[in-house]
Amino acid sequence: MQDRVLEKTMEPALAVSDLNVEILGENGAFPVVSEMSLSVRPGETVCIVGESGCGKSMTALSLLRLLPDSARIASGSIRIHGEDFLAMGGRQVEDFRGDKIAMIFQEPLTALNPVLTIGEQIAESVRQHRKLGKREAFARAVKCLELVQMPDPARRARQYPHELSGGMRQRAMIALALACEPKIIIADEPTTALDVTVQAQILGLISDLQKRLGTAQVLITHDLGVVAEIADRVIVMYAGRRVEECSVYELFDNPIHPYTIGLMGAVPRAASHDGEAQTAPERLTDIPGTVPPLWDLPKGCAFAPRCPRASARCLEERPPFIEKTPGHFAACWEHDNVR
Amino acid sequence: MSDNLAASPLLSVENLKVHFAIRAGVFQRQVGEVKAVDGVSFSIGAGETLGLVGESGCGKSTTGLALMGLVKATDGRIAMQGAEDVTAMRSVPRAHRRRMQIIFQDPFSSLNPRQRIRDIIRAPLDIHGIGTTEERRAEVAKLISLVGLRPDQADNFPHQFSGGQRQRIGIARALALKPDIIVCDEPVSALDVSVQAQILNLLADLQRELGLSYLFISHDLGVVEHVSHRVAVMYLGRIVETGPKKAIFSKPLHPYSELLLRSAPSHDPHRRHQFSAVSDDIPSATKKPSGCAFHTRCPLATDICRRIEPQLEVKADGQFVACHHR
Repeated sequence: MQDRVLEKTMEPALAVSDLNVEILGENGAFPVVSEMSLSVRPGETVCIVGESGCGKSMTALSLLRLLPDSARIASGSIRIHGEDFLAMGGRQVEDFRGDKIAMIFQEPLTALNPVLTIGEQIAESVRQHRKLGKREAFARAVKCLELVQMPDPARRARQYPHELSGGMRQRAMIALALACEPKIIIADEPTTALDVTVQAQILGLISDLQKRLGTAQVLITHDLGVVAEIADRVIVMYAGRRVEECSVYELFDNPIHPYTIGLMGAVPRAASHDGEAQTAPERLTDIPGTVPPLWDLPKGCAFAPRCPRASARCLEERPPFIEKTPGHFAACWEHDNVR
Repeated sequence: MSDNLAASPLLSVENLKVHFAIRAGVFQRQVGEVKAVDGVSFSIGAGETLGLVGESGCGKSTTGLALMGLVKATDGRIAMQGAEDVTAMRSVPRAHRRRMQIIFQDPFSSLNPRQRIRDIIRAPLDIHGIGTTEERRAEVAKLISLVGLRPDQADNFPHQFSGGQRQRIGIARALALKPDIIVCDEPVSALDVSVQAQILNLLADLQRELGLSYLFISHDLGVVEHVSHRVAVMYLGRIVETGPKKAIFSKPLHPYSELLLRSAPSHDPHRRHQFSAVSDDIPSATKKPSGCAFHTRCPLATDICRRIEPQLEVKADGQFVACHHR
């Protein structure tokens, strides 16, 4: 209910429409992200979920225009607070990046600079965007570390990344992303490299901070458990395309796309121990086969070769991504026939 | 059933220790010691899966490697049913290795990229001198189909396979010697969930068909709960709790087991956790706290926990816990 009200009153902080990203390979370009659209409002967390090679990380990188040289945005638009991010020149992009939109990477040890202290790195980012002296910027860095609940922030600010534990490094990474109070945060698998007890802390931190700062968040993950804990809305990707999009409750209560349904059945869960005797492990519903290579996608629905419901039409024609029930989008021919 | 298992376990491990020296300086003098595994005991019955769960650095993988003789145990006893204790020996005899095989986490680095898969799978048969050339060829073909690969893929190289298929090759290689026990060291951690389910199902099918036992090492609570009959929770080189899967997951008694279960995402947006963002002081195996190693993070910790290391004691039906307060 509350979602609906927000939808009407708030402009999206980030609006992506019809984004196409391609990789320039030896045998010409092939698409890695196709017809991607998404919008995120302030205070909202949109999760993009999918398996390796589905295009979720490429989507994240293109949102910051950080794609590697081998890839490029072929078409589409990215609007940040209504401004056309793709039309901007290099200087303006740098002004935006870190200030209006920032990224939390998966592996803080490779994303952080090993020869600068944590505090120096955060101060550097602050000075890039704000007219502050060195000392003031460093003080701001310590404040940021405090914000992410880093224990003993003044001391940690003078330490190098290798001196911190994985969880601390991820906190430093988040502090770095938040240094200029960007209104949009893109987080690419922010807890994947962490142990489960530390992951819980970082998820707690991310949602605390969002409540306090009202940022718009895009969180990329492969983990449906993380999605269930933190998402407001979810986009499921497969082979470079959206296959399903809806609220997190709708996704877990009434998944539509056979791929989503398959994923949910494939996850062994540590939840719900209601005491029913479980002697032998029951079978998981696996999804046969593997993800098709992006340079050799099937003609129709990319999931059809692995889909238990695939019909002749699925193999021939790609299903459109359309609204199946109010607020619930999916790309599947067979859905209408099953329900 | 469980009495029977307890009476004659297939594998019993007693007080296993693996300590590594920390060396520094020009003369590489020993300046310290990492007690990666520090007095671990457990047993596995025939056809049983023991899940060994814990976070990085808790010593779960080292335990698996020590069983295989791939790292040298510092102390303790590893005994297979009807065979002698192998721990004291300079090298683990082949007869022992033959009964226990291992599947590694990373299906990319654990297969020789320059060997065809038929040769990879045949290698254990060659090493142990089993069968004639013709018999080995037939056995390899059987193994390839047993793990769900196609016979015409036998001549391919590892890079021609996906992660899930490579893990199948690793499983076929582990099965070649018809072992009693397979140590599965994070066998599905590198795989996507849809493929992970295929491999977990394959392992379950093989266990049923061949009566295999597994030591299943994983950090993933969902996976461990799914595959295990019994579970052991490790923390900084020690087992802090062990018991039947159902007991551990429904009424964990050790505060660390509780923390682990509380930290696992819910998979249900209607029942979200209120995760605390507060960081706690997580020690490492190099700087292990005194007494109970978990006392620095434990809400129940008192003075005795800082001084005396608690031993595993039976607290409920088959459930052993190392905690002064439970």
